[in-house]
Amino acid sequence: MQRKISELDWPAAIHRALKSHKVRQVSYVPDAGHKRLIELCQIDKGMKTVPLTTEEEGIGLAAGAWLGGERAVLLMQSSGVGNCVNALTLPANCGLPLLMIVTMRGEWGEYNPWQIPMGQATPNVLRAAGARILRLERAEDALDTVVAAAKLAFEGYAAVAVLVGQRLIGTKSFAEKP
Amino acid sequence: MSETKLDRREVVRALLERRGELLVIAGLGSSAWDCTAAGDHPLTFPLWGAMGSACMLGLGLALAQPRRRVLVVTGDGEMLMGLGGLATIAAQRPGNLSIVVLDNERYGELGMQRTHSAYGTALAAVAAGCGFARAEVVRATAQIAALRSSVHSSKGPLFYQVKVSPDSAPLVLPPRDGAHLRHRFREALLGTKAAAE
Repeated sequence: MQRKISELDWPAAIHRALKSHKVRQVSYVPDAGHKRLIELCQIDKGMKTVPLTTEEEGIGLAAGAWLGGERAVLLMQSSGVGNCVNALTLPANCGLPLLMIVTMRGEWGEYNPWQIPMGQATPNVLRAAGARILRLERAEDALDTVVAAAKLAFEGYAAVAVLVGQRLIGTKSFAEKP
Repeated sequence: MSETKLDRREVVRALLERRGELLVIAGLGSSAWDCTAAGDHPLTFPLWGAMGSACMLGLGLALAQPRRRVLVVTGDGEMLMGLGGLATIAAQRPGNLSIVVLDNERYGELGMQRTHSAYGTALAAVAAGCGFARAEVVRATAQIAALRSSVHSSKGPLFYQVKVSPDSAPLVLPPRDGAHLRHRFREALLGTKAAAE
């Protein structure tokens, strides 16, 4: 797909950043905030998309991919971060790169109280398990932020999470789908 | 339950002797010791933690290396912690991936408590229900040759639940430095230059 990427089409910018860093395996537990990025990856013949039943599967997948010479990314919502904690021993112990892109809930104008505890805990949980964090709050920063995160992960052999702010994704209300 | 159960060390030895280009992920605990007892190898990646992840490492590796055969050797307890991964794997249909679960119906490293397998969870049926190309229970010595042949050459994804004795075998430990295990695997598979990427 060669169509021009709008500066404000931040999922397309993330996709471009992943392409530029040769990410080949894209695993995800769906989130509405990741809908467009998942679709862009699905139609990209250079990428294999892997739907997961739970987020920690994506950490094992990324570890196996790197052992086999490929780069992976894990897409998830902040509610899934808690599922990943023990699996994060893989990058921590083995120097296996891990790039995660986490769409945030439970922060900017959240309407669902059940999203708030995990959303608020997300940065602390990731740090406690050894991951580095970059924040993405503005659409125009998407390309640079994910490129920086990819370098930190794949060249710095680190577990890195890009937290995509709920304000950027768009706050939901009860009138919309959850 | 069958009267006689297979010896896990003999099963793994049969799978890994003359292993050729086989890539191996070993689940934590006894499965990793079994693989090491069959001969420590740079292209065996033994896990010492991240319980429940073994099959997913196998999938990532199988997708990255579609021309190589990939074998996950793990235990029933480790498998039970990541059952959802069987659905994820079946959805990808990796033709080069096999999973062998050494099912002693016990948490062997943790006090020999009975696993769900002992209470009737049919792991092979779970894999079949997820959509594995083949999912079988192996109980007899006579089946081992066919098991080995399938792991090395049949189109996957394949799943084998191998009923083994709960007897403990002597500890034969692999290296536990994760960075070393990662690097030696990549160097043996990808070459010195690519491994240093």
